[in-house]
Amino acid sequence: MASSITMPALSPTMEEGTLAKWHVKPGDKVQPGDIIAEIETDKATMDLEAVDEGVIGKLLVEEGAQGIKVNAPIAEMEGEGASSPTRPGVPPEESKEQPKAPSTASRAEVAPRSRTAPHNESAPPASKGGQRIKASPLARRIASAEGIDLSALKGSGPHGRIIKADLKTAPRGGPPKQPPAAGGVTSLIEPAVLDDRVYAPDSYDLIPLDGVRRVTAKRLTQSFMQVPHFPLTIDLEIDRLLAARKAINETTTDATKVSVNDMLIKASALALIAQPDANASYTDNGIARHKSAHISMAVAIDGGLITPVIRDAQHKGLAQIAAETKDLAKRARDRKLKPQEYMGGTFSISNLGMFGIKAFASILNPPEGMILSVGEGSPRPVVKDGKIEIATLLTVTLTCDHRVVDGATGARWLEHFRQFVETPESMLL
Amino acid sequence: MADAKSYDLIVIGSGPGGYVAAIRASQLGFKTAIVEREALGGICLNWGCIPTKALLRTSEVYHLMTHAKDFGLSVENPKIMVDKIVARSRAIAKQLSNGVAFLMKKHKIDVLEGTARLEKGSPAPRVVVDKGKGAGTYQARHVILATGARAREMPDAGLKADGKNIWTYREAMVPGELPKRLLVIGSGAIGIEFASFYRTLGSEVTVVEALDRILPVEDVEISAFMLRQLVKQGLKCLQSAQVKSLKVKSGEIAAEVVSKEGAQTLTVDKVILAIGIVGNVENLGLEALGVRVEKTHVVVDGFGRTGVPGLYAIGDLTGAPWLAHKAMHEGVVVVEALAGQTPAHPFDPWNVPGCTYSHPQVASLGLTEEKAKASGRKLKIGKFPYIGNGKAIALGETEGIVKTIFDAETGELLGAHMAGEGVTELIQGFAIARQGELTEAELMETIFPHPTLSEMMHESVLAAYGRPLHI
Repeated sequence: MASSITMPALSPTMEEGTLAKWHVKPGDKVQPGDIIAEIETDKATMDLEAVDEGVIGKLLVEEGAQGIKVNAPIAEMEGEGASSPTRPGVPPEESKEQPKAPSTASRAEVAPRSRTAPHNESAPPASKGGQRIKASPLARRIASAEGIDLSALKGSGPHGRIIKADLKTAPRGGPPKQPPAAGGVTSLIEPAVLDDRVYAPDSYDLIPLDGVRRVTAKRLTQSFMQVPHFPLTIDLEIDRLLAARKAINETTTDATKVSVNDMLIKASALALIAQPDANASYTDNGIARHKSAHISMAVAIDGGLITPVIRDAQHKGLAQIAAETKDLAKRARDRKLKPQEYMGGTFSISNLGMFGIKAFASILNPPEGMILSVGEGSPRPVVKDGKIEIATLLTVTLTCDHRVVDGATGARWLEHFRQFVETPESMLL
Repeated sequence: MADAKSYDLIVIGSGPGGYVAAIRASQLGFKTAIVEREALGGICLNWGCIPTKALLRTSEVYHLMTHAKDFGLSVENPKIMVDKIVARSRAIAKQLSNGVAFLMKKHKIDVLEGTARLEKGSPAPRVVVDKGKGAGTYQARHVILATGARAREMPDAGLKADGKNIWTYREAMVPGELPKRLLVIGSGAIGIEFASFYRTLGSEVTVVEALDRILPVEDVEISAFMLRQLVKQGLKCLQSAQVKSLKVKSGEIAAEVVSKEGAQTLTVDKVILAIGIVGNVENLGLEALGVRVEKTHVVVDGFGRTGVPGLYAIGDLTGAPWLAHKAMHEGVVVVEALAGQTPAHPFDPWNVPGCTYSHPQVASLGLTEEKAKASGRKLKIGKFPYIGNGKAIALGETEGIVKTIFDAETGELLGAHMAGEGVTELIQGFAIARQGELTEAELMETIFPHPTLSEMMHESVLAAYGRPLHI
């Protein structure tokens, strides 16, 4: 009897995936853990591993096939003949005798199965640190459809059960549900197609949206329109920071050199711990004040943007941060990040200094409460004691979610940040 | 106030909303008192839900007796003894009112007999009780108004009860004799229940409804179904019709009715006014306190808050749906929030089932098809008729329908609409499904006992997804 291998939900936001590459062909025998295929999700490319032992039957989708819905069958597996630990007594040789292509009977088995179990589609993780998540069936269904991570929510139902009402304010990874009202902002911000009368169809090339672009577009639109945000800009003198960096990199034998950005990540994390009310996320149930500083760093990748996270950055040394940022950035560009590596940040840093940008204000990365935009450090005249001197200045702009971070809170955070940056020795304390 | 006896909570009105709120408060450790000007249990127990159910049980038994032949039985000349029917109904009401007295005692709730009014006080308005054994001034931390409602009248159109020829529900449930010709004005649950009762016992009954269909809050399909059934029983229903005047002359009433077909005069022996209810907001001192009252109902939020510190309102007083179980639930919601129980969920009218105990019965929950469509959702709608259910056929009750409405995208049960034998006992299954946020998947996987009427609930859900088994 054949069973089907289906498109897995590799992240809570995933609705469909692209089959980037097959690692097996019909007739191949696979063991649990063997890599069957590479799946490109909305954020990354991930390996699909075999769960059961068996022989690959027919491949139902071609390499490069896009938009395969989560839970849709992608291949058939001839499982019965294989010696499975749960089915002793069946000689393994039999598996070789299974037909390479599935019979019509086995195909018929597959179809109704996928029809009768449509509700597990992209089921979000059902556990919270190993504990079962209590959620109503309706809440699970909606969370699954809208890419809501149930493990991040607090339930208000009996015994902490997550109910539909608790989802209202949850961050969504998937497409936001738009209210049915006609003529809303949706139509303004999401034109479905270009008007042929404005641009002749042959006057442009249409690049298909991939998962990253689609999610980035939706999330940024959502963030910009739904979060009341404001920028705070200051100039920092970084001569001492640059000197410290130089000294560190001269002494270290490690191949990984510490960058200015690594030092800013460390300084941000320490400032967040020093000003804990700035390390926060807004929810309608209350302000979530994060206990640790997880710093998301914006990485430009081919066709979009992704924000891998340096976790507990306040506890990490510069060498470790440097090693992690290098590794995460590389794997982000290769689209090899796991969902847990780009989710769960509490604060973001975006740096366009290398492009010569002097100052800019980024769009918040919800549910984070603040994002820091870092410009180019350059020698500029400064007035000191009534005299013009030259110092290396760096302009940073902090964008704040006004629902959690007021102007004064943001300013105080910047003061802490300035202290760590302008007196880098204080990061050692 | 040194001279005011103090409580944690005083509830004004001992109907189902009030006495349940008091019991819940007592369970949560509140020192509680309840004020009642008439009989414990309020309208529901004494002049509403319960005594009318006693009457309708009589008409049901009578209906079966007159159809005994269908069941292979012979009953000769069943006689209607109106005084005995009424006596049974009153005895049951009395029994339940005594039951409430016992419950108050059990939960150590002080019953203050008398009429309450409110004065400015702190932290909640002061309660002054007049005219009764409970007379005095009381101060509580919280006050819940649960004074209920009464039949609406429209004196300008002559729609004013006189207690003799023109009745409200109150007179209608203690008739001296059966009216030969009865006019029921209004076709909500109260109107239809009385119409059904009197028609079954042999009165000629005409129902006049101002809107374009009877049971106007129900799903259009249910209204149409009920119209067919009632007409089949010999009831006359005038829809989109208005009673312009009622003239009493020598024991008869001439009712001028205007409808699309023109004006006509109906001559009847009795009229029942069932044109809605008005909140009991008078003489409570609400105006001086600044309580907002709109169309005779106190305006509250989902936790019964009136905007006046320490003052809450629940039940019929706060508006539709005018149902005892809505009041009870609100009472519990308010008290639990006062006790600081978290997380607290505000009252959600969506989950209130509505029941009409006529023959056939009607029960519903949530959105009608019309409203569900208007909400812009994609829908899955399932229907199952009684004729397809073994138990219904065995009971000889083959007229009925169970209709379910789901959100096609989420599987949320948006509404359930039922008419037929026993549906008022069945609707709770769907209420549990809504409260527990079950989707069609769990309902489909549930095992319903066979043979029961409840199987039709299952079938209706299956039908919504194109897979009914018995149709």
